[in-house]
This record gives sequence, structure tokens and C-alpha cells, in this order.
Amino acid sequence: MNFSEIFKQSNQLCRISPDGRYLATCVQYRLVVRDVNSLQILHLYTCLDQIVHMEWSSDSLFILCAMYKRGLVQVWSLEQPDWHCKIDEGSIGLVSSRWSPDGRHILNTTEFHLRVTVWSLCTKAVSYIKYPKACQKGIDFSRDGSYMALAERRDCKDYVSVFVCEDWHLLRHFETETQDLAGLEWSPNGCVLAVWDSCLEYKVLLYSLDGRLLSSFSAYEWSLGIKSLAWSPSSQFLAIGSFDEKVRILNHITWKKITEFEHPATIYPALAGLGLMCVSTGPLTLYQTHNEISQPPFQIPVVKPDLDRANPKVGVSSLAFSADGRYLATKNDNMASVVWVWNMQKMSLEAVLEQTAAVRCFQWDPRRPRLALCTGTPRLYLWSPAGSVSVQVPSEGGFQVHALSWHSNGDSLVLIGKEHLCLCYMDTEDKSTDSNIWTK
Amino acid sequence: MSPLGHFSQSEAPSLSGHRSPFVLTSFCTEDNVLECRSYINQEVSSLGLRAVWTPTDGPAELNVVAVLNSLYELIQLHRQGLRALDDMEVERQRSASNTELLQLSNTRLKGQLELSKRENTSLLEKERQLQLKVKNLQSCLKNEKEEVQRLQNIIASRASQYNHDMKRKEREFGKLKERLNQLLVDKKEKKQAMEVLNYVERADGKRSMWKTGRTEARHEGEVYRTLLSDYDARQRELVLENSEQRKVLQQMKRDMVSLLRGSKPARREETPGDPQTQVRGEGDSEDSEEVFESSCVDAREKLTNSIRLKWRKLKSHMERLDSQASLVQAGEGAEPDAVPLETHGQEMERLKLEIQQCKDFIHSQQQLLQQRLTSPCEEEEAAAIPPGSPMQGEGGRPGERGRLGEDWRALEEQRTHFEKERKTFTEAAIRLSHERMMFEEDRATWLKHQFLHWTPFTDQNQPEMTEGEQEAASVFSPECLPGSPSPETSSSPRCQALQTQSTADPYRSLPPSPESRYR
Repeated sequence: MNFSEIFKQSNQLCRISPDGRYLATCVQYRLVVRDVNSLQILHLYTCLDQIVHMEWSSDSLFILCAMYKRGLVQVWSLEQPDWHCKIDEGSIGLVSSRWSPDGRHILNTTEFHLRVTVWSLCTKAVSYIKYPKACQKGIDFSRDGSYMALAERRDCKDYVSVFVCEDWHLLRHFETETQDLAGLEWSPNGCVLAVWDSCLEYKVLLYSLDGRLLSSFSAYEWSLGIKSLAWSPSSQFLAIGSFDEKVRILNHITWKKITEFEHPATIYPALAGLGLMCVSTGPLTLYQTHNEISQPPFQIPVVKPDLDRANPKVGVSSLAFSADGRYLATKNDNMASVVWVWNMQKMSLEAVLEQTAAVRCFQWDPRRPRLALCTGTPRLYLWSPAGSVSVQVPSEGGFQVHALSWHSNGDSLVLIGKEHLCLCYMDTEDKSTDSNIWTK
Repeated sequence: MSPLGHFSQSEAPSLSGHRSPFVLTSFCTEDNVLECRSYINQEVSSLGLRAVWTPTDGPAELNVVAVLNSLYELIQLHRQGLRALDDMEVERQRSASNTELLQLSNTRLKGQLELSKRENTSLLEKERQLQLKVKNLQSCLKNEKEEVQRLQNIIASRASQYNHDMKRKEREFGKLKERLNQLLVDKKEKKQAMEVLNYVERADGKRSMWKTGRTEARHEGEVYRTLLSDYDARQRELVLENSEQRKVLQQMKRDMVSLLRGSKPARREETPGDPQTQVRGEGDSEDSEEVFESSCVDAREKLTNSIRLKWRKLKSHMERLDSQASLVQAGEGAEPDAVPLETHGQEMERLKLEIQQCKDFIHSQQQLLQQRLTSPCEEEEAAAIPPGSPMQGEGGRPGERGRLGEDWRALEEQRTHFEKERKTFTEAAIRLSHERMMFEEDRATWLKHQFLHWTPFTDQNQPEMTEGEQEAASVFSPECLPGSPSPETSSSPRCQALQTQSTADPYRSLPPSPESRYR
């Protein structure tokens, strides 16, 4: 494993291009584009204000830099560095800006979510979408980039509009049976849209692409509901994490719960198959930071949350499926230093990864079942079914890893600290070392 | 004959009132006056009365006074006695009635005791039940309290969430009001605008189209096509899974049928054709049904029902076998089921026969081997023996042996030859696959070069491109030439150089013919 030197960045804005060749970082008001392997600076662009949001276009040819305070969006081209584009939202303000999947349109959300403006880089056409909803995840594009689902709120009712991204034609517009829609997400195959309610009501509605309601799922009433949601890569399963510290898995044929995963404070070996449909009990391992494997029963450190405040730190807040859909990693907020890895084939607990500090970020390798996680310490932790490893990031100044992001080919990682970033290259050529267990 | 002997048994019924056992007339006669007198004296003095006669009175005379006194005293005694008797009689009667009374009250009290004991037990029972009820109610109360607590917690968390949201909305509302005020005050309104150096190509290179009914219909079509293909794929998977599972079930059924058939031949003779033909018939019908639409509900149900039946029979059979096995283990000779024993015996016979055959075979082989080993010695003997003798038959053996050895050697040679050939073939195959891989990689890099150097910007360097590149470029950007804005003269020379380099490179790096490179 090799580490690059430490570079400066601001606002945690470091993104690798979708084609995997470039790394773009923002330093105050400058945009720096480097080659991913040599880390040489290829381009340097200067924006008019401090960059708050930066995004690559899907074909890796353009970069969008948004400055919300000034209501400006600047677009830079990689091929023609002289090319420039500036979108000024004027008095209407800017809260969020993003690319469309074709990489030629920019969607700007105005202040107070008054409307979404669709700017085109190809033509002079401008489209407006009224009444977008200000919620956790109000816009989602389908994976193939053909459709966009947008949450709207009019007259105290929630609606979903489905647009065709090709020409921004409104395909469907339907009301949803939610009290207060919190988010929506397309399934990876683009045929089902999952819509979920705010945490005051546990409700997930599943709509087909043509706007029909396929099913609705509600696990319980009154207590705080859904905290996070994730589709499996094959669209076979929908994992729902809720405030009652459980993850419920729905199947795509009947949209009924097939199992639920609990996060208890004490794990007994007899309960190693915690899912309700568990048949076999796989080996249960508990890793600690110095890679000790403990014997059952295991005690998990629990931090009791303050239930008087809103959005209490309890419940499953992060869910991630591995790229092959075989594993699901979850994090329960009142056991913040523990990441649970579930085996989706056996529907049982595979591993419990306990760290010394609260886990800040974890992400699966896009190619293989390997999980990288960081805790705000100068260490990087990697887990795979073959074993786990923890590496210290070499730096003089004490580089704390706050977030991480994989390269699309799974061979390198971007480690993002508070003001710095570092690249970590995995060993792929050397088959003789121990690290070959990672390259399956 | 003493006077006393007479007086022991006779009764005097003529006496008034008191029955006396003695007849007075025969006590004292003229002969035994003196004896009677002394006897009476003795008796009276033993009773404690004054003596009737004292020697001072004279030998044959009675003291009348003393006699009358003692008589009077006797009468007094008698009267006393009678009175005491009366009293005692009364006393006795009194006590008898007392005991009767006591007995009555005793039984009455016993009855009362029984009753009160029963009442007591019933009261205890009632108390126990009430206590149980109380416990239940207490636990219900506890549950209800917990439920109330939980609901209160929920209400509290919901309330805090609502408050939080309210505050957030109020803050946003405040910001909105401020902004509105600001806008009303601000005269100069900055409009939304976009400045762009030049418009760029669409990602897929096509021209954007007008929104017409046809495009809308096309979009609808796309939507349904996507959904249909997804459903198709899913249905295909499910049909595949279904057929596999049906195959497995059929296999299971066949196995079960064979197991059942094989293990109970005698039993099944009673109902000769029924289950077996039924099974066979079902199997046939189902196989044929599989050919048709196999998602027919009846076929499915029949299959599952027959599997269930067979499974139940198999289970019962296994249970019976288990019980028999346990009986056999326990050493009981009497077996309820004669059939397994028979089959067991048959199996044993068969195995014994097999063992015997194997043993014979081994024995004969050993003999042959022995003979072969001793044949060299016999060879010499055979040479000494004149021809025509029965021993001649063994002279052919060495020749046989020689031939066998030659055959063996030839086979060995062939085997090594084949091994060598196989090795060379595998090496060649490995080399071929390597070559193929390299070729594929080359092709991939070449294609990558191609794609990387295709750009949406109109390329002003057409004259520099080679023919192949031109064709490829024209495929990707047919409309770019007429529709694009005027080519910028300010495009940097670096870009141009890049493009020229890129076009020339793929052709430079590609060898003239990939095959020839590796020889």
C-alpha cells in the first residue's frame, strides 16, 4: 500500500473523475485538476469566490463549481481550458447545484426552494420546475440517466414528478400518500422508485416507473421511523434502517419484509444468526483496532442518546451494500464506533468491526467486497471476508482521516482530512506479498 | 355336711321385696344351734356389729337382747344398703342420660366441625383465586404503566421533533420575509443569466428535438419497454428457477418411490397395484404435463401432494426401521415385522456368497502366481521331459511371458510418447491463450485511444487525420460540421498538436500484423 503526499483542500471537496483519470480538488477559490496516478497538476482554474460545491460531469469533460453565497456557478472544461461558462442566479439566490446525467445540463435550486432552473450548455433553452420540496433527498436520477424523480409540495400535499432527462419532458406527476416526504431513490434497474416519509411516520412507498403504486410498507406506528435506506445493486433487496436500531430487508417480488437485522448491545454466539430467516450460523469475529479477535459473548459499547432532542443519535443511519450485493454494512448511531457487516446470502451477521473512536465514514470498494472505514484518526481500516488490516497514514502533521472515497477501479482511495487530502494506492502488481488477499 | 353347703344355690321366692338367694328354714335346725350361733357371731363381728353371744351368757343359751340388737343393726344396715342402692340406681340413670346427651352433642358438634372445615377450605380456595387475580391485575397494571410510559416517550420525542421542525420552518420563514423586504427595497434586480463562451455539443452528439406528441409517445413507449423488459427478465429467471425446482422435486419423488418400493415388497403385495401404479401413472402424467404449460395449478398441486404423501410414507417407514433397529439392539428375538428380517437375511446371504466368490478368485490367482513363479524351474524339467507328456503344456509359458513383456514395454513407450505430446499440446495452448490476451489488450488500448481522442468540440484538424480516423470520426459526429458555431481560431496550438499526435499514434503503435509479432 502506497500513500501519496498530503495536499491541501478546502471544504472536503475532492472528487475523482468518473473515468478515473483525474482528481479535482478545491483550495479556497481555486480548482486544481491533477492526474490520478502521477498527481501532477494538469489544470488550474480560478473561480470568483470560495467554492462550496464541486462536481464532475458524467463524461469527465466538465467540472461545475458552485458558490452559493454569491449565487454563481462556474463551469470549466478539461479539454479547452479557455472555455468558460458562468451562471448567475441573481437575486433569486442559490442553494444547490448539480449536473444532469448527460453532463450538459445544470440544475440549480434557488433559495427557499422556490424553483429549480435547468440550464443547458448546448442550447439557449432554460426550463423551470416549480415547487420543489426541501427535504433530505428531493431529487434523484435513475442510474442509466434517463429519468429524474423530483419531490414537490403543493397545498400541504406531496407529489412526485418524473421527468425524461433527454428533453425534460414531464412524464408522470402523482400524489404520494406520505405525510411529509423525506426522500426518494430509484432502484438500480430504474424500474422502481422508493419514496419514504419523514421520521415521524414509518412508511415506504414503492412506485413503478410509470407511476403506479406497487406497494407500501410500514413496520410500526408512532415511534420514530426511517433513518436511512439503500437498494441492493441487483435491485433485489431494499434495506431500510430505522430509529428502533433495526434494519429491515424487503424483497423485490412481494415487497414484504423477509428478514430484519438487530443491533443488540450484547451478542451471544447462539444468536449469531440474528436475522429472522437465518438457517446457518457463520463464523463470528470481532475485530478491534489492534486486530484482536475476541471470543463470544461480545459486549458492544453503547452511548445512550438524549431522547429529548430532535433527531436523536440512535438508530441505523448508514447502510451500504457491497458491489456484488453479498454484504451489507450498517452503523447504529448509539454504537457509533462499531460497523456491522451482514452476509446477504445467509442473511446473518458476518462480522462486527469495533474501533476505538466513532466511525466517521465507510465505503465499499466498487469492484470487490472490501470495506474501507475511517474514524477521524490517522488510521485507515480495511475489512474483507479474508481478513482485516489497519494502516497508519504516514504524515508528520498528524493527518486525521475524516472521509474517504474509492477510485472507480478499486485500486486507490482518496483520504480526506479536515484541510488536507491524501491518496492511498493499493498493491495490485505484487502477488507475493500478503496484500494479494485483497485482489480477488 | 356343713350347713353352709345347703345354702349356696337355692332361692326363696316367698320372701317379700328382697330376693334372697338363701332358704332360711334350712340354715338352723335343732341340731346345729350352737354352730349357727358361733357362725352368726363370726359374721356379725366381721360386719362390725356387737357380738350375738358371749361366753358369759351361758353355753347353750342365746342373749336375746344381743340377738335383737344385732338383728336391729342388721336391719338398719340392710336399709342403708337399700337406700344406697336406690341412690346409685338414680345416679346411674342420671349418668346414662348424661352420656346420651353428650353423645348427641358430640355428633352434632362433629357435624358442625365438618361443615366449618369445608367452609374453611372453600374460603381458602377463594382467597387463593383472588390473590391470583390480584397478581394478574398487578402485572396488567405494570404493563399498562409501561405502555403509558412508552407512549409518553413517543409523544415526547414526536413533540421535540415537531418543535425542531417548527423552529426550522420559522427560521426559514423569517429569512424569506427578510429577503422579500430586501427585494422590495432593492430597485436594481439582478436577473438570472448565463454567459457561456460557446455552446457545446450534446453528450450523445444528437441534435435536441422539439417537444411534439411523437416524442411524448416515444417516451411513453420507452417507459413501458423498460418495464416490460424488466418483467420479462424477472419472469425468465422465475421460470428457470421453477423448472429447476420441479426437476429436483421429481427426482426426490422418484428416489422416495424407489426407496419405498425396495424396502417393502411384501407389504405392498397386499395392495398390489395401487400405490405403485398410481405413482407410475402420476409420474407419466406429470412428465407429459411438463411438456405443456408447466405452470398449471393442478399439476403443481398434484406434484406437491404426491411428494407430501411419499414423504409421509417414507417417514413412517424410517420410524419403523428405527424402532426395529432399537429392538434388535436391545436383543429381543421376537420381531413384529418378519419382512425386514427376511431382506436382512437375504442381504447377508448375498454378501456371504460374494465374499466366498472373491475368496475363491483370490485363491485361484494366488495359485496361478505360484505356478508362474515356479515355472522357470519347471522349464528345465520340461526340457528334460520327452515331448508328448502331459507336462508339455507348461513349456509354452515362458514364450507367453516373453511376449507379455514385449507388449508391456511397447505400451510403456506409447504412454511416455503420449505424455510428451500432451505436454507439448498444453504448452502450445497456453502460449496461444497468452497471445490472444496480448492481442485483445492491444486492441483495447487502440480503441481506448480512439475514444479518448474523440471530442464534442468540432475538430478543426480534419485534413491532418488519416483515412481510418476520418471514418471513425464521421461516425461519431455527423451533424457537427454544419451545426457547430464557427471554429475558434484561438484554440491553442497545444490542443492541435495533441490531436495530431493522437491520430497518428494508434497507427504508429499498432504493428502491421499482430500474429507476426510473437514468432
